[in-house]
Formats: sequence, structure tokens, C-alpha cells
Amino acid sequence: MLLLPGLYHLLFISTALFFIGMFGFFTRKNLITMLMSVELILNSVNLNFIAFNKYLWPNRLDGVFFTIFVIAIAAAEAAVAIAIIINLYRSHQSIDVAQTEEMKY
Amino acid sequence: MSGSTIVFYLLAILTLVSAVLAVSSRQIFRAAIYLLFSLIGIAGFYFWMQYDFIAAVQIIVYVGGITVLIIFSIFLTQNAGELLPQQKIGKQVFAAAAVFCSFALVMLQVYKNNFIATTEQAIEPNIKAIGERMLATTAGGYALPFEVVSILLLAALVGCIVIAIRSTTTQPLTTVQEQDKI
Amino acid sequence: MSNAVEIALIPLLPLAAFIVLGLFGRKHFNQSAGIIATTLLTTSAGLAFYTAYQYFFQYGKVAGVYQKVIVFKYTWLQFSEGFSIDMGAMIDPITAMMLVVVTLISLLVHIYSLAYLKGEKRFATYYAFLGLFTFSMLGLVLSSNIFQLYIFWELVGVSSFLLIGFYYDKPSAVAACKKAFIVTRFADLGFLIGILILSFYAGTFNFSELIERLTSYESSNLLTAINASFVGISALTWGLVLVFIGGAGKSAMFPLHIWLPDAMEGPTPVSALIHAATMVVAGVFLVARLFPVFQMSPPAMDIVAYTGIFSALFAAIIACTQTDIKRVLAYSTMSQIGFMMFALGVSKTGGEAGLGFTASMFHLFTHAMFKALLFLGAGAVIHYVHSNDMKDMGGLRKYLPITHITFLIACLAISGIPPFAGFFSKEEILLAAYQQNHLVFYAALITSGLTAFYMFRLYFSIFWNTAPSPLENLSKPFGRTGGEAHGDHPGEGGFAMMMPLVLLAIASCIAGFIPFGNFVTTDGKALASQMHLSFSIAPVALAVTGILIAVLFYKTNNNKADKLAASLNGFYKAAYRKFYIDEMYLFITNNILFGIIGKWAAWFDKNVVDGLVNATANGTGELSEKIKTFQSGKVQQYAIFFLVGVIGLAVLFIYIWK
Repeated sequence: MLLLPGLYHLLFISTALFFIGMFGFFTRKNLITMLMSVELILNSVNLNFIAFNKYLWPNRLDGVFFTIFVIAIAAAEAAVAIAIIINLYRSHQSIDVAQTEEMKY
Repeated sequence: MSGSTIVFYLLAILTLVSAVLAVSSRQIFRAAIYLLFSLIGIAGFYFWMQYDFIAAVQIIVYVGGITVLIIFSIFLTQNAGELLPQQKIGKQVFAAAAVFCSFALVMLQVYKNNFIATTEQAIEPNIKAIGERMLATTAGGYALPFEVVSILLLAALVGCIVIAIRSTTTQPLTTVQEQDKI
Repeated sequence: MSNAVEIALIPLLPLAAFIVLGLFGRKHFNQSAGIIATTLLTTSAGLAFYTAYQYFFQYGKVAGVYQKVIVFKYTWLQFSEGFSIDMGAMIDPITAMMLVVVTLISLLVHIYSLAYLKGEKRFATYYAFLGLFTFSMLGLVLSSNIFQLYIFWELVGVSSFLLIGFYYDKPSAVAACKKAFIVTRFADLGFLIGILILSFYAGTFNFSELIERLTSYESSNLLTAINASFVGISALTWGLVLVFIGGAGKSAMFPLHIWLPDAMEGPTPVSALIHAATMVVAGVFLVARLFPVFQMSPPAMDIVAYTGIFSALFAAIIACTQTDIKRVLAYSTMSQIGFMMFALGVSKTGGEAGLGFTASMFHLFTHAMFKALLFLGAGAVIHYVHSNDMKDMGGLRKYLPITHITFLIACLAISGIPPFAGFFSKEEILLAAYQQNHLVFYAALITSGLTAFYMFRLYFSIFWNTAPSPLENLSKPFGRTGGEAHGDHPGEGGFAMMMPLVLLAIASCIAGFIPFGNFVTTDGKALASQMHLSFSIAPVALAVTGILIAVLFYKTNNNKADKLAASLNGFYKAAYRKFYIDEMYLFITNNILFGIIGKWAAWFDKNVVDGLVNATANGTGELSEKIKTFQSGKVQQYAIFFLVGVIGLAVLFIYIWK
């Protein structure tokens, strides 16, 4: 096990971030905290892209571009999600995810 | 043990601890701040990997934009001082177990794999190179995705307004003013 | 034959009447339905007469023998090479005769109903049903193929059901039509099995080939059929007996006769058409059609003969006690059909030995005439008195003169008094019986005496016997508007009702003189009329005695009849209650069929079969109740299942399926 930080360490961190984000998504009841967990997941993915770009393909910039686009789209998505949360708050007076279970059997 | 290594591990601790606290904190405002620190940690990683442009973009967009957006929405929708309700233990245990098993599986696969690096000449990822590549229309250029993403952003903008607008005949300006009074 | 179109039109015109009046009659044609149907049927009758004339006098006879002529044929269902159900028409002497009888009686009934059912709300429906019945009956007699005959047989049953239950708001009519349909349907089960047996051994359904294969001694079909046996009786006999059971059901032979008296709930013209002249003779027609095959099996012929004579005697005894005039006529019909049946049963083939066949067909022809006349006359009486019961009538000869005279002619005809039609046909039957089977002959003789007795009992009770109550009935205002609206005689039916009566009376007088033996015989060759005057003395004398006894008992109001009934106490009561046959049937069905078999079958069906289906449904429901929680609307739950699923698949692909 290398102590010198390399690709594997970065991958470890990004995977850990990813699954921490997942855990947060499964467990949290507040919609905004669920959104925060999703942001963690997206960030882990970005870290992954940049790591691969640096260590495996330093002759290309594809990882960078992916990351740029992911950041842009994540921003748009967060905005839309907030809009939906606000709308939901108006109708249900709460942003508990348990209040949004209407589309069921 | 060079400085770079120490910095790396410090950043790692910052990021991971903040992430864990973000998803488990019972005060929502604190969770948002922990998220902020986690995002700064990620930006630190980008700096450590010498991808300055991405690090800057990360700070500007994520830290300066999205986190602020999240904080605003926290203010808009509830009392930030309240405690979030305690989770059911069963749900947490099950989720933790699932997540831990998946993490173990993925890490196992990652460690088993042999990553082969390319042997070609490295490119410096500075703004000039990024900019040239982004607006290039030749093969391997990213002009088209760039335009598409800008349209997507426009659509998201319009969509947000449409979703969040009040269905009564009041003007959006009034809405903002009313809510500013809170 | 170029006259295929004409022959096809004969049944198709009444069918057109059924379709047009059935679909559009209520709304558009209600008033003119009768005229439309009658016109169509006149054309059909004209074509039938013309066809019969052509057949008998122009092309039917080849070298002195009447041929079976296939008019047209087309293959309908092909089962295998050479074995198919065809549809087609066939003319032979009995068919031509039946065409004439059915269309003529149907036409007269159509005309009669114009006045009898005037003002009826469902006028068009009635004529539509009459059209359906006429179509079915004509199709039945024209069938060239036993399966086609079965189809039309069932159609006739359905038409009868519809017509008996015409007054569907009377519960007794509904019960009667159900009874008729169920009894005849039950008999038809035997008929179908018989058809299958016979056509299996003959390898064909067509009459001409079936008869040919099962009657020539060299044919392998016949030998196989005779040698194959089941509980000691040959397959051929089984087939024929089962076919006869079907015929017995339709012709109201004992013990399947229970529906016929109840069928009198229908309108009287319907009784005249269906239950006197045409439908009930379908069984006789069937036996006559398959007569050569029946000849091959003496046990089957015996069954036919004994069933016929027993039914005749049985019905005659019961008819002596009934008071509802239509029921008397119904039992009389059963009795006369018994005559026709046993005449067929004792007959042999060829020449003088085949006299029974000719006599039976002759009696069918003349019986149609006078029985229809009796029913239509009874209809006129009922129309006048508004009651069916003999006790409400009496002394009507002053008020219904035409009806009186025609009814008298019919009664004389049915009693076998010369020179009316019934005398000739009955004499031939009795002669055939005397030549073949003495037991049957003596029973038949007694039956004809009884026939004369009960018919004249009926006649005198209606037209002569002046019992106290009827006169009061006559002074009551009737349901219809006053007498002047009815043409010649106030109270009597009017031209439309009287004309058929007069026509049938004339027919009853002259039909006896038709030399039937020249036309209809067992083998197609002409048979000279077998009139032996010395032989006729005994039956005629017996008939006259019966009439005189009836005069004695019923011409004037006295209690001689009641004293005789009291002295025969038990027997009289049994006869009055129709020998308790209905009660026996009810007992068997309720206690044995329903109680023992039906109950267990119903239990099995409800609990096991239905239970299985219900269990499947309930099980599915409960399973879905358990599974539906997957669709809980909880996003996080979806996400966690998603992750678990992906991890599961990943493990599967990485470690298990390399």
C-alpha cells in the first residue's frame, strides 16, 4: 500500500465521497439536505474525471471538459431543484420527503 | 514525507469529515456549511493536482453559487434554527450497510485493476489550451457541447421561473418583496 | 333441374316475412303485417302446389316409380374425403305432399289470424314468428341431408317455443313454452346420438346415400352396423331407436307427450298450425323418411308400432274426461298421430304389404285438414265465448251456424264416417293393421270407437247441450265492440275467420277421394286403393255406436255421464288427472335429478371449480397487496433498491458469470 498519493488514493476519496453522498440521499428526510447529498455525488464524479485525466491521459483534456460541463449542468439542476422545492413548500407547507409520497399505489 | 503528501492527506481529511458531517448533522444550516467545506476541499484537490482552471470554476460555481443558493432556499422554506428530526435507526443501519458493501465492492475492483497510463507527451492544462479546445470545431473539439450546455442553462433558467412562479396573478416582483420581509 | 329456384323460394318467402316483420314490423308494418305475410305465403303456397303438380304429374315418375330428386346441393362442412355435411333440397313423394299440406294450412292460419288477432299489440311479431315456423317446417321437409333436417328440427322447436309463449305475461304460457322446448330438446339428444350412429355406419349424412348403404344386403355398412352391438342390441337398432325417440318427442308420443296439452296456452291459430297439422307430424315424417332403414331392424319397427298404438289408446282415454276443449283436441291429436305412427310401424315394404306406409301418409294429409278445421272452429267458439271450458258453452249452434256446420263435418271426418276424408284414411290404416298385427288392430279398433265418442262429446257439449250458465254468458257484453262490426253473423268471426273453416270443410269432404296410393308408397310404385267394403263395416259400426252413446250422454243436459264417471271412480279420476304422468316427471326431476345428482354437481361446481378460480384471484390479490409496497412513492426507497440491484448485478457479472 503506497503512502505516496497517486491515482488509487484519489479514487478512494472519490468513491468514499460518492457513497457518503448516497448514504445521505438514503437517510435524510429534508429535501434540501437530499439535494446537498446529490451535490456531493456529483463532486465525487468530477474528482474522478480530473484524476483520470491527470494520471492516465495527460495528453488530452477530455476529463477537464467533462468536469466543466458537469459543473455547469449541476448548477442548472440545483437551480431547478430549488425551484421545485419552493413550489412544493408552497403547496404542502413542509419540505419533508415523507409528504411527497402521493404517487403510489 | 514531502509537503505535497501532507497537504494531500489534510485535504482528504477535510473533505471526508466535512462530507460525513454534512450528511449527518441535525442542524440544517450547519449541514450547509459542512457542505461548503467539503466543496472547498475538493477545490483544494484540484489545486493540488495543478488543474487551476477547474479549481477556480469549482469555487466560483459550486461554493459561490450553489451553496449560496442552497442557503437561500433554506431561509426561504423554513426556520434555520430548528433541529431536523432524528432518523429511524433501522433505516440508517440498512442504508449504511448497503453503502458500505457497495463501497467495498467498488474499491476491490479498483485495486485489482491495472491502470495503464499513456506514454504520450503531456499537455499543460492552462486556460489557453482549454479555451482553444472548447471552441474548436475540428474533431475532438467541444464547440457543440458548449453550445448545447448554454441552451440547457437557458432552459433551466426559464424552467425555474416557470416552476417557481406563483399561480395567482401577482407579479414575481411582489413575491420576492413579500418574502424579503420575512 | 331448372325449378331449383322455385323450390328454394318456397321456404325462403316465409323467411323473408320473418326477417322483414321481425326487424321492422313493430315500428312500420304493425297494421299491414298480416297482409304482407299472407301475400308472401300465398305466393309460397302457389309455388308449392305447382311444384307438387310438376313432381307428381310431370317429371317425378320415371318408369312408373317415383324418384327421389335432388334439386340442389352444395357442400357445407367437409370433414374428410367423401364425408361432408351438405345443404340441399330433395323432392320425393312425401316431401311434395308435405309441401302442399304445410303451405296450405299455414296460409289458412295466416288468413284466420287476420281476424282472430286483430287489435293485438304484437301483431307483426306474431306474423314474423309464423313466418319463421313455416320456413323451418318447409326446410325440414325439403332437407336432403339428415343433419340439415336436424338443424331445421331445432328451428321448428324454437318457433314453437316462441309461439306457445306468445302471451309471455301469462305465467302458464311461459311455463308451457319452457316445458315444450325442454321435453323436445331432451328427445332431440336421442335424435342427435341416433344421427351420429347411423351416419357413422353409413359414412354419410345424405339421405339418398344413407338409405342406399344401410338397406342393401351386400353393403358392408349394413353388415357392420348389424354386427356391432351394445348390450346385445345391434348398433343399427340403437341408432334407429334413438332417432325414433327424437321423433317421439316432437310428435308427442308416450312418454314424451306431456308438453302437448300445455302447449295449448298459445293462440288458437298457432295450435291449429303447429300442434295439429304440421310440427307434430314431423316425427312421423322422420320415420317415413328413414322408412327403408327402419325396415332393416324389426325390433325398431315394433317399438314404433307399439309406442304408436299405446299413445293412441292412452290419449283417447284421457280425452274422454277433459273439459277444456283445446285439451280434448290436443289429446285427440296425440291419438291420431299414434295412429299414423303405428301404421308406419306395422308396414312392410313393397306392394300390398306396404299399405301401412301409404295409409299413414294419407292419414297425415287428411288429419291435417280436419284437425286444423277443428282447432280453428274451436278458436271461433273461444273467440265468441271468451272461455276455453266446455262447462261455459252449450247451445251455440244458434249463434255460430257456420262454425257449427264445419265443426260437425270435421267431427264426422275424424270419427271415420263415410264419405268424409277420415273414413278412407282410417280404413286403410285399420286394414294394414289387420293384415300385419292383430293385437294392434283390436286396440286400434277400440281407439277409433273412443275417438268417435269423445269427439261427439265435445261437439254436443259445445253446440247442443243447453246447460244453464252459457245463456247468461251470452247476454253479457263481450270484450269486442258490438256484433255489427263482424260481418255476416253478429258474434261469428267474419270473413277472414270463416273462409278457412269453409275451405277446410270442403277439403275434409273431398280429400278422401284422392287416390293416394298412386302417389305415395314405400317403393314409389303405384298401389291400388285397398277398399274392402265388408271390412269397413266393423269400424264404422263401432264409430256410430260411439256417436250414439255421446248423443245419449251429452245432447241434452242430464247426469248420465256423471253417474258413469262416479261408477268408474278410481279409473276416471286417474284419467282426468292424465294418469299422473306429469307428477311422475316432476318427482323424478325434483327428487332424483336435482336432489341426488344435481345437488352434488352444484356443490362441486360452486366449491371446487369456482373455489379454484376464486382462490387464484384471491391469491393474486394478496400477492399484489404484498408487492404493491414496492410502489410506495418514497424516492429514497427507490434509490436504495436501485443501488442494491446494481450491486447485485455487478456481483453477478464480476464473480459468477465471467
